[in-house]
Amino acid sequence: MAGFDKVVASYEAAMEGLKDGDTIIAGGFGLCGIPEGLIKQIKKMNTKELTVVSNNCGVDDFGLGILLQDKQIKKVIASYVGENALFEQQLLSGEIDVELTPQGTLAEKMRAGGAGIPAFYTATGYGTPIAEGKDVKEFDGRPYILEESITGEFAIVKAWKADRYGNLVFRHTAMNFNPMAATAGKITVAEVEEIVEPGELEPSQIHTPGIYVNRVIKGNFEKRIERVTTRD
Amino acid sequence: MALSREQVAMRVAQELQDGYYVNLGIGIPTLVANYVPDDIEVMLQSENGLLGMGQYPTKAELDADMINAGKETVTAATGAAIFNSADSFAMIRGGHVDLTVLGAFEVDQNGNIASWMIPKKLIKGMGGAMDLVAGAKNIIVTMTHASKHGESKLLESCSLPLTGVNCVKKIVTDLAVLEVKDGAFHLIERAPGVSVDEIISKTAGKLLVDGEVPEMVL
Repeated sequence: MAGFDKVVASYEAAMEGLKDGDTIIAGGFGLCGIPEGLIKQIKKMNTKELTVVSNNCGVDDFGLGILLQDKQIKKVIASYVGENALFEQQLLSGEIDVELTPQGTLAEKMRAGGAGIPAFYTATGYGTPIAEGKDVKEFDGRPYILEESITGEFAIVKAWKADRYGNLVFRHTAMNFNPMAATAGKITVAEVEEIVEPGELEPSQIHTPGIYVNRVIKGNFEKRIERVTTRD
Repeated sequence: MALSREQVAMRVAQELQDGYYVNLGIGIPTLVANYVPDDIEVMLQSENGLLGMGQYPTKAELDADMINAGKETVTAATGAAIFNSADSFAMIRGGHVDLTVLGAFEVDQNGNIASWMIPKKLIKGMGGAMDLVAGAKNIIVTMTHASKHGESKLLESCSLPLTGVNCVKKIVTDLAVLEVKDGAFHLIERAPGVSVDEIISKTAGKLLVDGEVPEMVL
């Protein structure tokens, strides 16, 4: 009996069941708080025609950017893709489709998707190109646009600590989109720095309850920094 | 003389008030943090999930898990809070952030702003800018008054794809401070040594000049 034990022993087991055409929702902001090993496993599996939902798409040789090398991604839903030359190339040549989405709307699309809310109205983007074709409704005299939520076959997230039951704790700003992404996957996989026994995490300090998490794997992280800035 | 980037930031810093929660965009807005008056406290919000952004770390403090929205390594100030992206944008979209300062390519006399896309040239994405301009209580735009080729960035109507509509209240350029209301730019201050005529000639949109226009005090 596995009970609530979500821990898997290999990256193969962590991403088992991922298939061509799936939608993957990924946590992370730039290269901060990304499930590095799970992304490498997707590259290894060479799964194609993927839709990737993530704030950014990594850089050319790290993070989600490595899935561009073998043209595994069909579509990206992101708020900012400016760090990636390969992405720009594939976009301009029409090999990849991008749905640029305001960062707050993207977070809310994931949150709503995970919470069973199919759509929501927001003022963000009203009167801009992203409002084209979307329903507009006024509330209290202000116009809002209708945005649909997002769910995916898989969500891949990075946490600091997990217990065997999949309860997750994030560290500093490596939290970012990870908690929302974790709620929006049919199968949610968490790659973590440390796995502890149930009971070792303080219940009131848990960011993502284990009910959202299907698989947990202990990862090895490079934790690359995109812009090292220091005051000395 | 047109203001330097630092001087534009110094002038914007005069708009800060004690107890303000402020989001500073990338570029000149980031510099505003260096000129917060000593006698007030402000807290900087970074939309990747940090309220209370501190200074850059020392080499010894460097931490890959601690970055700002520009993906630079930072520290947390005393009393900071860290939270997820949905909470971060609930603060922004819910109108809890007092002031947003951001750059732009163009602003028009109706307070519309274009800051994220130049068709066929620059398609990087809007990041959090559309949320910020739709949600902040007060928005100040910093930019040069005219492009390198002398074309005005203060227009009757923006020509580039918009980031938000009817949202910009104030603009601080290298030449002037202007308010945007009732479908026009209102000249409030001019940079030291810059004439009203120069500002008029570099403002393509409707510009109202009411009496003597004082010079900025920096």
